[in-house]
Amino acid sequence: MSDLIYSLSWAQPELWLAGFALAGALVGAWVKDRGAGLLSGAGCLVLIVAGVLAFQFQPRTAQTLFGGALVIDAYAGVAKALIALSAAATLWLGADHFRRTNEQRFELPVLTVLAVLGMFIMASANDLITLYVGVELQSLAAYVLAAWRRDDAKSSEAGLKYFVLGAISSGLLLFGASYIYGFTGSLRFADIAAAAPAGGVGVTFGLVLLLCGLAFKVSAAPFHMWTPDVYEGAPTPITAFFAAAPKLAALVLIGRVLYGPFAELTPQWGQVIAALAALSMAVGAVAALLQTNLKRLMAYSSIANMGFALMPLASGDPAGLTAALLYMAIYLPTTIGVFALIVALRRDGRAAEEIDDLAGLAARRPFMAALFTILMFSLAGIPPLAGFWGKWVVFMAAVRGELVWLAIVGGIAAVIAAAYYLRVLAAIWFKPGGAALQAPSATAMTVAFIGAALSFPILVLALGWLERVANTAVGASF
Amino acid sequence: MEIGLAHYLFVAAALFTIGVFGIFVNRKNVIVILMSIELVLLAVNINLVAFSAFLHDISGQIFALMVLTVAAAEAAVGLAILVTYFRNRGSIAVEDINLMKG
Repeated sequence: MSDLIYSLSWAQPELWLAGFALAGALVGAWVKDRGAGLLSGAGCLVLIVAGVLAFQFQPRTAQTLFGGALVIDAYAGVAKALIALSAAATLWLGADHFRRTNEQRFELPVLTVLAVLGMFIMASANDLITLYVGVELQSLAAYVLAAWRRDDAKSSEAGLKYFVLGAISSGLLLFGASYIYGFTGSLRFADIAAAAPAGGVGVTFGLVLLLCGLAFKVSAAPFHMWTPDVYEGAPTPITAFFAAAPKLAALVLIGRVLYGPFAELTPQWGQVIAALAALSMAVGAVAALLQTNLKRLMAYSSIANMGFALMPLASGDPAGLTAALLYMAIYLPTTIGVFALIVALRRDGRAAEEIDDLAGLAARRPFMAALFTILMFSLAGIPPLAGFWGKWVVFMAAVRGELVWLAIVGGIAAVIAAAYYLRVLAAIWFKPGGAALQAPSATAMTVAFIGAALSFPILVLALGWLERVANTAVGASF
Repeated sequence: MEIGLAHYLFVAAALFTIGVFGIFVNRKNVIVILMSIELVLLAVNINLVAFSAFLHDISGQIFALMVLTVAAAEAAVGLAILVTYFRNRGSIAVEDINLMKG
């Protein structure tokens, strides 16, 4: 009994989210979609509260809760804060956007908060059951969000594709988990860590399948094929949500699994992660060159960026995990900012999301063009913007981890990737013509401005602090 | 002949393979894909229960129950999305799912 009360007191952020999701569903059923705006505001607030609670109230040493099902530590705390804040930003963006397009429904905050609850559980997972439940809670909410426009063929196709491919990835993950359980004799991460080195080929087989399942969730190549279609088909604020929080949650979970229970098996999984990273960077960089749709371009950009984030993990050194966390902390505001700008790009009540729609933007909306420029330069990794420092950190970590070949692949991919980010900027600044755009929504512009301000100069100035936080988080937990 | 752990694992692996092939090779109908997903999850359950009996450890069976519960939720969400898709397109043939090329 005292364990339960103790666990509940540490699980307060999760309780806030779960409480809001249940209450929101009930209130929503009562007031219907009239209360959607208010409920979205409350959802943003709850997300921020949960993120701040998770970050601010961390135990000195890692605490296991609910009989060892969850673990609360500094690593989870930092991850949860980032997840909750980026989800709050995209929820705000979505609530405003759907109010303008008359698609406001109360399910948006409820589903977003449920997905974030799943991500919190992923970040804190301490056995295979919690891992699976967290991943599924996040995914099931995301499938529904992708099919948000019920009467739009593209949106429901995106939902269907996401569902089918996501279900396969869950199947792979589970099959791997069952082998890990069978050959180590336990579902607990601590017991798996003790038994894994003697587990032989069965454990390695299970681990590789588990990693394949998780690679789907971070959309690392060759498990990336759902990403461009889902990003294109889903409404843009929902895409912004997909591009940010779930990616970080899945990466944090990969770090937790690899550096926790399977720390002794680094030679085996190091190669798998290196291959995933190299392929993702290559596919993301090359395939994006052919895209004409901004959202598809950003999809391939996110595949390449997940490759960069996975790259330092392959060394098996905790410093690699710190670098990956730092990279994601810099990548999240930038990508949310870009999607906020795509949300703001509208013409005659329709989304203008082709690269050609950007023609003449610099003359017509110079502020928007300036924000685009900062964000794209940051994604391309041009110094002194935050994106450059993110890339610098992961490349240094890869080189220190004796993965020079991977760093070279990454360097080439980064150069190719810079070409397509610059292509977008060329359309904005140098391409004449294009029809007039609608006045952008103030909310979307605010989110984009915050993203750009974080990319330069705030995160650059706060880099030392950010590195210290990531370092203590990883150091305290692994 | 004694039926041992290896037999169960073999059956589960075969079911898993059939399920995965059912998803990728099937060119007809999305309902068949949903059935294949179910097959994959049931293969996992056979694995979990067989390991659980072999190890004399109850937690594998609890995991199997969790998988069953989540599979039900997954089927509900999947069918709901399929219904909205059918309303928009009037078809659930796999070859028609081609508005976007991935």
